[in-house]
Amino acid sequence: MDIRVQEAAFDLGDEARAFAARQSGMGAVVTFTGIVRDVGGRLDVMEIEHYPGMTERALTKIAQEARARWSLGDVLIVHRYGRLRADETIMMVATAARHRADAFQAAQFLMDYLKSRAPFWKKEHGRDGAAWVAARDEDEVALDRW
Amino acid sequence: MDVLYFAWVRERIGHPRDRVDTQAATVRELVAELRAREDRYAAAFADLSALRVAVDQELTDFDAPLAGAREVAFFPPMTGG
Repeated sequence: MDIRVQEAAFDLGDEARAFAARQSGMGAVVTFTGIVRDVGGRLDVMEIEHYPGMTERALTKIAQEARARWSLGDVLIVHRYGRLRADETIMMVATAARHRADAFQAAQFLMDYLKSRAPFWKKEHGRDGAAWVAARDEDEVALDRW
Repeated sequence: MDVLYFAWVRERIGHPRDRVDTQAATVRELVAELRAREDRYAAAFADLSALRVAVDQELTDFDAPLAGAREVAFFPPMTGG
């Protein structure tokens, strides 16, 4: 299990390749990547704040829960904080499993929990000022299926 | 104990943490004490349904006991990913 919370940018290709390369006997690797969206060309900076200490604990707990539910070889979570620009990579998860169903489902589970149970907050700075991104009801509802 | 604030809660209160001496038995009692401090605290804690709380870095609810707690954090619903 590899869980990283960092300010620095990371290379999606390098991370995915290294993750896949350290598996053995795993027939499936699924990756998900979150990217800063600039809706309507108004975004200058996306600021991501987190709760050092709790963030790592929460992500570890979510990853452990995924490993308890599905047959997984490994889990990777990388999440950035700080000031990001449009089209920059915010975060990624990767799951490795013998078969694709476990890898897909576990990746979706990780994302659903990470959205509303890991202590990150986004603030959009743009042409119209700055505003905290509100949590969406759908994100809370998404947890019910698990 | 240390009381931490994140995102707009931090902005509304004006700083990221307070060192608090309290006899509060639950998070809700601690909130009542904080509200009574100053208007900006009252504003930050006006609507508890808009807030989440963690005690010693574990998400919990406002009725959680504070016995032995070292760190309490208040923040809006999380928006990771």
